[in-house]
Amino acid sequence: MTDLIHLSAHSLAQKLASKEVSAVEATQAYLDRIDAVDGAINAFLHVNTDEALLVAAEVDKARSDGDTLHPLAGVPIAVKDLIVTKGQPTTAGSKILEGWQSPYDATVVKKLRAAKMPILGKTNLDEFAMGSSTEHSAYGPTRNPWDLDRIPGGSGGGSAAAVAAFEAPLALGTDTGGSIRQPGAVTGTVGVKPTYGGVSRYGAIAMASSLDQIGPVSRTVLDSALLHEVIGGHDPHDSTSLTDPVGALVEAARMGQVEGMRIGVIKELQGEGYQAGVLTRFSESLELLRSAGAEVVEVSCPNFRYALGAYYLIMPSEASSNLAKYDGVRFGLRVVPEGTPTIERVMGATRAAGFGDEVKRRIILGTYALSAGYYDAYYGSAQKVRTLIQRDFAAAFEQADVLISPTAPTTAFKLGEKIDDPLAMYLNDVATIPANMAGIPGLSLPGGLADEDGLPVGIQLLAPARKDARLYRVGAVLEALLEETWGGPLLAKAPEIAGRK
Amino acid sequence: MTAATDEILSFEEAMEKYDPVLGFEVHVELNTRTKMFSSAPNAFGDVPNTNVTPVDLGLPGVLPVVNGVAVESAIKIGLALNCKIAEKCYFARKNYFYPDTPKNFQTSQFEDPIAYDGSIDIELADGTVFTVEIERAHMEEDAGKLTHMGGATGRIQGADFSLVDYNRAGVPLIEIVTKPIEGVGSRAPELAKAYVAAIREIVKNLGVSDARMERGNVRCDANVSLRPYGQEKFGTRTETKNVNSLRAVEHAVRYEIQRHAAVLDSGTPIQQETRHWHEDTRSTTSGRPKSDADDYRYFPEPDLVPVVTNHAWIEKLRAELPEPPAERRKRLQADWGYSDAEFRDVVNAGVMSSIEDTIAAGVSAAVARKWWMGEISRRAKLADLEPAELGVTPELIVELNVLIESGKINDKLSRDVLDGVLAGEGTPAEVVEKRGLAVVSDDGPLLEAIDGALAAQPDVAAKIRGGKVQAVGAIVGGVMKATRGQADAGRVRELILQRLGVEG
Repeated sequence: MTDLIHLSAHSLAQKLASKEVSAVEATQAYLDRIDAVDGAINAFLHVNTDEALLVAAEVDKARSDGDTLHPLAGVPIAVKDLIVTKGQPTTAGSKILEGWQSPYDATVVKKLRAAKMPILGKTNLDEFAMGSSTEHSAYGPTRNPWDLDRIPGGSGGGSAAAVAAFEAPLALGTDTGGSIRQPGAVTGTVGVKPTYGGVSRYGAIAMASSLDQIGPVSRTVLDSALLHEVIGGHDPHDSTSLTDPVGALVEAARMGQVEGMRIGVIKELQGEGYQAGVLTRFSESLELLRSAGAEVVEVSCPNFRYALGAYYLIMPSEASSNLAKYDGVRFGLRVVPEGTPTIERVMGATRAAGFGDEVKRRIILGTYALSAGYYDAYYGSAQKVRTLIQRDFAAAFEQADVLISPTAPTTAFKLGEKIDDPLAMYLNDVATIPANMAGIPGLSLPGGLADEDGLPVGIQLLAPARKDARLYRVGAVLEALLEETWGGPLLAKAPEIAGRK
Repeated sequence: MTAATDEILSFEEAMEKYDPVLGFEVHVELNTRTKMFSSAPNAFGDVPNTNVTPVDLGLPGVLPVVNGVAVESAIKIGLALNCKIAEKCYFARKNYFYPDTPKNFQTSQFEDPIAYDGSIDIELADGTVFTVEIERAHMEEDAGKLTHMGGATGRIQGADFSLVDYNRAGVPLIEIVTKPIEGVGSRAPELAKAYVAAIREIVKNLGVSDARMERGNVRCDANVSLRPYGQEKFGTRTETKNVNSLRAVEHAVRYEIQRHAAVLDSGTPIQQETRHWHEDTRSTTSGRPKSDADDYRYFPEPDLVPVVTNHAWIEKLRAELPEPPAERRKRLQADWGYSDAEFRDVVNAGVMSSIEDTIAAGVSAAVARKWWMGEISRRAKLADLEPAELGVTPELIVELNVLIESGKINDKLSRDVLDGVLAGEGTPAEVVEKRGLAVVSDDGPLLEAIDGALAAQPDVAAKIRGGKVQAVGAIVGGVMKATRGQADAGRVRELILQRLGVEG
């Protein structure tokens, strides 16, 4: 069963249900793959071998006992290391949390446990999810399985790379400005940011509370829908979580039809700044949707031009406050400086040593933006832009059922290429940020390989709030049409990873 | 403890020269079962750091959830203070680094408090009434409790180390802020005390707080500034923090007035700062400088949705409000027919509710007052307890009263009966039985005692026979002594007069 790891989560689940494969076999196959290739990829910060196998064994026992199991029971999963887990470390990719173990499980982790999905381990990320390349991890960068010299996107590069490198069939990510979708785009995988409030944030270490959202990472649209249904739904621990039921997402992915649907192309999210190969693949996707009976229309969202600027005020403002708790007093790193260790000096030394440059940059930005005398001009104006972006979306969704754009302006860039140019790095999120600002759902799926560099291109679909099902409906159709043209999944074209331990 | 080094003016002189303006921030801890934003118990006095959840410790990934009961309590307080209630209000983060605040921000309210624009009438001891305008009452969470070990001052500066107890972190607080209180003149210290007492009474009456100042359930920050008479602009204020008894509030305001006056007299400007109150020296010392531009980087709490109220809910809560304490006092005094002085004593002794309950149980207002202001207050003072804490129930007083009115026991014996009941010897009737305390109603032993007393005081007997009936008291006293108080004094008097053949 060497091909076990190449199965989609859905196919694996079927083989588990029919007892063709055991959960222990499947889990072991993934653990072996991690062992073989993660030295080269560095997707995992922690591998949860014993517990994963234990859960898998429980599933096999329950199945042989004839117990009713969740459809995904026994399907392994990787969890972004921003989401707290009992019994495993949670670092948020930061030195300041090195060695810390959460005494509680995030709500989504409880749901994974309830579904008896073996947790393979915790995946790498930019420190506190701040970055678009995973280079800002305190534990070294993750590499893109398509080209080990390139970034896997960020902040959720670890989850996307793990899934792309067949180290996991599924993973959880978090998306504040594109941290699920952009890594999905550059690794040739699927990533979904649900409607804000659709998935509980309880236990996701906060970067920007009003923007953060947990979502699925997978190799197929249907797999994301399956995982989305596991993790979605109301949580009394999260006041911002929606009370709506999660919806028939799997059914939407299976139904997959676009005939008569209006697909809106966002005028402002193409053209200048977008790589030629990205735009070519994007146009092809539009053609395929048209051929399937969708009506492709152009919509304009003029205020998107302010989105990036406003995002880089709101996000750091909230982050500066959310990250205040990392002070060495109660948990995590504590640095006691030379001389008289007053509380201020201990806090200062701990934060100076524990946080990386990008985190410090955003804390300083946010602290400044919230300061008396600057609040109205910065945070206040940014909130107004947020309202304008919501209005742009509302108007666009009058004309279209789903919106479409490239997920990221470029394919994966080289490690180190933008590390010293924060603005260039931030621009990578220009197409994904508006969805977070408006709280609407977005999905990225592979759109082929760019001609100039042979690297994956992502196609982003956006739907109105609470209409996540539309993403799966359209996404599944486009995926099927594209795979037809490729003669199979895009990831089949990915190079073999030379095992470097 | 730091000794006071500040010059102060006499209060009288200060009042001659300057017009005081006051302002109060009173923090009320609610007595909800759980905390403001978590399911941890809201309880006092437990083992440190046991009433905590990951939320109260501010662990990574946690989120707050608003306690609905606390919101109701906040609305009730707002209504009792005659405030408007916001239709929609938000929580905000107040950002500052301090180890008693687990997240290094306090979740509070900033631009839109749940209650605003209210007022209450404060009555001073002599009946003078001041109206205090309430600016706002808002919801927030308490901080943890720091204990600084080592060092001279008990403060964080100079301590060897500090211990922190997060049991209190997240306890629901309502902060009640007054508008500047002007025109009180020399009554300022009295008003300060009366205002805090009124707030305490209101929240206690509402049942939303235990309102025990010694436990920090009600904490007062007192703002004081002085200005020359006739000047409109306020002087620079100081804020004396955490003045935690009524007496201390009065003293602290008085002291700050005297201190400000001396500083102003010397031509120095007042430093805008917080002050610490020291009960032992009855003085304040400088805290930290406080400017209006203190930058807490407030912004709306993104982890919480707005609190939305509605008319029907507010009106329902308004209809359920208990009678305001001031109105209740007026009603009770009229019902009971006590004089102003009698009633004030009752209120000051803290036995008004006990008297009300005792009357309801079936005795007259006079009898209830006699018990609570007399014997029970006396015992409370000896035991250093509140009268209501002695365990004397209204029913017990009724039973004792029935025994007295039926002549079974007299006032003196009733105290022994009370002793017995409180010692757990049974009901009053049982104690009378067990201790043999019944009044001697058989005339035989009484006559014997009367003869003895007459023989012992022949000169008194002669006076009575001679018509000086008022002298009979001395003989009655002798008889009561001989019977160890167990005689009915009225009957004894009758028998003495009969014995001596004198008309009573």
